[in-house]
Amino acid sequence: MQNVVEMNALVKKFDERTVVQGLSLAIPAGACFGLLGPNGAGKTTTLRMLLGQSPLDGGSLHVFGLPIHEHARTVRRRTGVVPQMDNLDPDFTVAENLRVYGRYFDLPTVVLEKRLRELLEFVGLSDRADSRIGTLSGGMKRRLTIARALINDPELIVLDEPTTGLDPQARHMIWARLRELRTAGKTLLLTTHFMEEAERLCDELVIIDEGKLLEQGTPAALIRRHVEPEVLELRGQEENIRAMLAGLDGRLENVGDTLYYYARDARPATARLEKQLGTSFMHRPANLEDVFLKLTGRDLRD
Amino acid sequence: MHATLPRWRSALQVWRRNSLVWRRLMGPSLFINFGEPFLYMLGLGYGLGFFIGNSMDMPYLTFLASGILASAAMNIASFEAMYSVYTRMVPQRTYDAILAAPIEIQDILAGELLWCATKSVINGTAILIVASLLGAVHDWRAVFVIPVIFLIGLCFAGTALVMTAKAQGYDFFNYYVTLLITPMFVLSGVFYPVSSLPHWLQTVVQILPLAHAVDLLRPLVSGRPLSNAGLHLAVLVTYATVGYFIAAHLIRKRLLV
Repeated sequence: MQNVVEMNALVKKFDERTVVQGLSLAIPAGACFGLLGPNGAGKTTTLRMLLGQSPLDGGSLHVFGLPIHEHARTVRRRTGVVPQMDNLDPDFTVAENLRVYGRYFDLPTVVLEKRLRELLEFVGLSDRADSRIGTLSGGMKRRLTIARALINDPELIVLDEPTTGLDPQARHMIWARLRELRTAGKTLLLTTHFMEEAERLCDELVIIDEGKLLEQGTPAALIRRHVEPEVLELRGQEENIRAMLAGLDGRLENVGDTLYYYARDARPATARLEKQLGTSFMHRPANLEDVFLKLTGRDLRD
Repeated sequence: MHATLPRWRSALQVWRRNSLVWRRLMGPSLFINFGEPFLYMLGLGYGLGFFIGNSMDMPYLTFLASGILASAAMNIASFEAMYSVYTRMVPQRTYDAILAAPIEIQDILAGELLWCATKSVINGTAILIVASLLGAVHDWRAVFVIPVIFLIGLCFAGTALVMTAKAQGYDFFNYYVTLLITPMFVLSGVFYPVSSLPHWLQTVVQILPLAHAVDLLRPLVSGRPLSNAGLHLAVLVTYATVGYFIAAHLIRKRLLV
């Protein structure tokens, strides 16, 4: 399958600080591709370069087979963007936001009006078409931003943390819409630090930190590759827990007030723990968050 | 320089966006921008005009109205290019949204310039109508006031955009208003002939654009012969063009990092 995005040894510097250090990746057409990393890992900068909004300091970047620095306009004509921070036009209503934005793509009025109605339907805002932006909830604004990103019927949709700050209902609705877009054959590129979101949506993902690629693969493959399949989250006296689990072949990690016990089979451990009072634990399958924390470390980022 | 030439179709969509917002708020906007010049014409035109009489080889109201037409165009375009453009560029993030569409910085700025000049024309037309009703307009050539006001708007918008490109907040614009806009308003022949100033000050005034704007408009309103039109037009075009290119360069460096 053809790649929609190809980055090769991409470099970006801000003054003396190198925020993207030789990043290479390829995004196949029709995939939902996740770009994961802690705050400051270089995710947003990478997206900005991809849209021609930030000049490259090294390497090459092709979108739809076109070098971005010469073809930014063409690339953006075929791309939809959901930015991290809402930048809807507060002076306009919901429908006007879409109409004005659609004109930036030189869409003929007939096409624009038809698509506008369909998109309002798609994101569940038909009955709010004449509302001012200030009266919308955070979830509605996000949905409108997604509708706006689709106004040019893009082949590639770039979403920078699409569900940050939303309640679970709004998040699930957005996930459902993104899956529909994926089914409709669109290529999706999203950044997130919700591992659950990445696990649910992404066919393939990369984890980056300090502008470098740490890992790449499907969510399931990454979990298999990096962590044991079963996890116990334990709270209680650390020495007691360590003593109780001594001799078992699992791996213990300490994060804040919680101990994580990673094992191929956690049953011997749970058998011992159930006999002990004063220790609460949760038994769950390993997930992407375990991989993420293992690869990017457990230090706090800002 | 090829990167700074706009794509006009995109620029027009930016213009259209702004005009749509303006139509929303057109009542208060017209009232504010038109009220002050009207007050000057009424108060100074009649009040001061009583003492000045016909010593300027035209009625003082005509003299003043043509000056006010120029200075109002300057004010409206300058303020739009500073406060409103800054609002769209920084707190409101409108440009971030537009730059995700197939539109570039130079298109946005060209659209902004056209819009600032359009706003000058809208208000200028209203002032011109009132000035004619007050009997201050003496020549059919006054219709050419409209295109000249458009150019005056481009000139001052282009210059103000350079300030906006560097501004880190609204307070920054106070310097520009205090150091350039207000002195031009007071010194550039809006209220009295520039020839009554000391020579050195006349030279300073001739370097700045407002005196040239006044020199273009006054003959058109009063019916007196127009002289040095080429020079005056060239000064206005130069300020507009140089301002646009510098602003495009600075704003590209500011936004595309």
